[in-house]
Amino acid sequence: MNVAENIIAAPPAPPRSWRHFDFKWIIIGACVALVAYLALMPLGFLLWQSFFTPQTATKAAKFTFNNYITAYSTVETLTLFFNSVTFATGTSIFAFLIGTALAWMNERTNTPLKSLFFALSIIPLIIPGILFTVAWILLASPKIGIVNLVLQSWFHTDYVFFNIYSMWGMIWVDGLHYSSMAFLVMTAAFRSMDPSLEESAMMSGASVPQIAWHITLKLTWPAIFATLLILFVRSIESFEVPALLGLPVGIHVFTSSIYQAIHHYPSEIGLASAYAVTLLLITTVGIYFQSKLSSQGSKYSTVTGKGFRPRAMDLGKWRYVTASIFVVYFALIVILPFLVLLWSSLQKFYSVPSMKALSNLTFDAYQFILTYPTLISAVGNSVLLAVGCATMVMLVTSVICWIVVKTKLPGRWLLDNLASLPMVFPGLVLGLAVMIFYLNVDIGVYGTMWILFIAYVTRFMPYGLRYNTTSMLQIHKELEESAEMSGASWGTTFRRIILPLLKPGLLAGWIYIVIVSIRELSTSILLYSPGTEVVSILIWELWENGQYVELSALGVMFIIALFMLVMLAQFVGRKFGVKEG
Amino acid sequence: MLNVSALYTEYPNDKGEIIKAAQDVSFHVPEGKLFTLLGPSGCGKTTTLRSIAGLERPRSGDITVDKVTVYSSDKNIFIAPNKRKFGMVFQSYAIWPHMNVFNNVAFPLKVGARKFTPKETEDKVMRVLSAVGLEQYAQREATKMSGGQQQRLALARALVMEPKLLLLDEPLSNLDAKLRERMRFELKRMQREFGLTTIYVTHDQGEALALSHEIAVMNAGHIIQIGSPRTIYDRPCNKFVADFVGLTNFLEATIELQDAQPDSYRVSTCIGQLTVSSGERFGRGDAAVVSVRPEDIELFERRPDGANVIEGKVDFRVFLGEYMDCQVMVGQRKVMARVHPSFTAPVGTPVYLKIDPEKCIMIQDDIEYRKTA
Repeated sequence: MNVAENIIAAPPAPPRSWRHFDFKWIIIGACVALVAYLALMPLGFLLWQSFFTPQTATKAAKFTFNNYITAYSTVETLTLFFNSVTFATGTSIFAFLIGTALAWMNERTNTPLKSLFFALSIIPLIIPGILFTVAWILLASPKIGIVNLVLQSWFHTDYVFFNIYSMWGMIWVDGLHYSSMAFLVMTAAFRSMDPSLEESAMMSGASVPQIAWHITLKLTWPAIFATLLILFVRSIESFEVPALLGLPVGIHVFTSSIYQAIHHYPSEIGLASAYAVTLLLITTVGIYFQSKLSSQGSKYSTVTGKGFRPRAMDLGKWRYVTASIFVVYFALIVILPFLVLLWSSLQKFYSVPSMKALSNLTFDAYQFILTYPTLISAVGNSVLLAVGCATMVMLVTSVICWIVVKTKLPGRWLLDNLASLPMVFPGLVLGLAVMIFYLNVDIGVYGTMWILFIAYVTRFMPYGLRYNTTSMLQIHKELEESAEMSGASWGTTFRRIILPLLKPGLLAGWIYIVIVSIRELSTSILLYSPGTEVVSILIWELWENGQYVELSALGVMFIIALFMLVMLAQFVGRKFGVKEG
Repeated sequence: MLNVSALYTEYPNDKGEIIKAAQDVSFHVPEGKLFTLLGPSGCGKTTTLRSIAGLERPRSGDITVDKVTVYSSDKNIFIAPNKRKFGMVFQSYAIWPHMNVFNNVAFPLKVGARKFTPKETEDKVMRVLSAVGLEQYAQREATKMSGGQQQRLALARALVMEPKLLLLDEPLSNLDAKLRERMRFELKRMQREFGLTTIYVTHDQGEALALSHEIAVMNAGHIIQIGSPRTIYDRPCNKFVADFVGLTNFLEATIELQDAQPDSYRVSTCIGQLTVSSGERFGRGDAAVVSVRPEDIELFERRPDGANVIEGKVDFRVFLGEYMDCQVMVGQRKVMARVHPSFTAPVGTPVYLKIDPEKCIMIQDDIEYRKTA
């Protein structure tokens, strides 16, 4: 027997440790169960509730179609549906047109000030919808709107130039807010298109209009349609704008009606559920077709060469026009809203900018807010929820993602879909579903921070999944296999190899989820109770109380804090070279 | 047929710096010939091609095709690319993914100034599809085609409008090695069959040597040498061309004296005295570089008769099947020789190198080229 054989044979192969084996399945099983529970339970109860009368202490729940009959037998529902669709269609088209024009200017022309375009990718993160809406009320409401007052004093009339409390006002504000999203999606579409596809049509003798019609438009059509769909879904589920701008003048859409049905006394949970199910149907169909279109888009990707970047079109003098369009846009979406909040935060009582008001600047509002009794607990709640939710989501989805990407487990596609399912829930509907579930299944979470935590984790699970998938795909299977060959167990491999390699993605996703959870409003609004308010709820309450000045002070501080968080995220992203999915 | 003279094309890059892509590029391509622009990436070959296509607007110069001026800075003429009627195959093939094979090829006929009846269109498309061997795939979705088929489809689309000039931008670089070799023959056969004047851009010297009637070697925006494949390979005009096209040994040399024959010199090189031939004039004491291709060095185990025999020692051998690469140490200098695999002298044994004076290419030490690079 030679020495080499001896060495190999020497340590007797240990019997496979059942504990290690079990440990792996316990973790995987727990994660799968958690995801299934979070994604399916609320949905099930929402559906159930929509067919039952509310359960009370004296009466048991009874099966009924009444909710749907009440919801769909009135003319109001028709108006409701019509309003929702008008609002969402208008918003998505408006946002799409702005976003596409800007993306074209940025990608294909030599417009100056291009570096400002970068800011577009972070604006939606730093200005939460509720503050953006409030800022536009201060700018364009018929009575106190600065823009109206300035124009009126210029033209010496009391004609109301802009009425933000109207369908057009709602479309304007929400469209502006979502335009940066359209910009990002369309920029990606412009970039992914191989310019030689257009050039080869040119060489074939096609004229510019022929190229635009036969090649550019037909090729980007899936991207255009997918963008419109996702914008439609996002705007039909947006809550802040319809609630703040629509409700005061009686323009109802699904989200604001759900909110009203709950906040009425007595609250009509069944009716709210019936509306919610309808809304959910719309968003599900939208998301389904959107993801189908997006995956169809990859069919259109052909062999790409080194790809000559299309040279920026020289606009000549027109580039100053496009630059000024951009400056105006930038003013509308960032500068004006922020300045108006800043202005009003420095007042004692809200007043329009004037020399007289200028002399009355004061920090009283900041002092008021900083000593506001619920502020400390609200900030504490927000931070606790955001950090807890982000940590939980990133850890759970890293396991889910590992299963989906790295294993050949049957049914893993189902797991992927389950974890992405909450994407179709509008925030308000998710809040409603979670509320109904824990009202009926009393495990002591209703009215505590836990219910908010559960709702947040459910809502942001798809984001975590996306971040983790992006970085998981970059980890080669052999890195794990070599760890296994070195004798590491699954748990050790996961802890020592996969998690460290995922770290950049985990960190970036974690910060992103912290940011979106901190500004979350539409889910929290149905789930909070005294003592568990979060910052965005505090803003909402200040608005309901008419404390605009104090609200502005809080808003300004909130925006600055979010800005710093976003900068931190960008820094981390650059430092670790994270590619956002 | 195609005349390019004093072409300058420049453009700003992303950072706003001016890239001097093509500098004083001039050449002439006769009817029916295949002309190759060869050079490393970033040498300006693709920009030159795109300037001919009209996809880039040159800063100055003249381009005429068939006596028609398509670009002239003096006469302020710029014919739009879609009016030039050139066929072009892109590196990425640029197959339109939303059309099937037939519609991809028919597109140039549908958008052109001349209108065709559906019957004529179909005849033309099917004729060109069968020329490239894709007639059975006419109704297939274009994205379902393999790399080699897409390449042929792109060629069919460029040929269907019977272009005056065919422009090929690295058409084989996206194919795997075996397929590339096969398509190289296919391309050559079709080009010779149709007799189409063709401009071919590549960074692959093998492709250039195999396909071309004439090659222009480019570097840093300038054309360094124009000549037939043989001239480029056997008589490179400077170190860059000798180095870029094929493998070679560079031996630093000083001219000792001119022989009795007019083009023959005796030089002292780093591996010893050599007799070399050169068409260029050199004076005694001039510095030069002698380029010797590995396959032009013969190895012997016993000292052979004749001129240019140098003693060395086998340092390293690599067996490659059809030939063997042998690295020989001559003093401290490594010389690469490519010999028949039957040469079996083991590592460490003394060998004799024999170099035909005709195969020693003497070029001036490239101070000039180094300045422009």
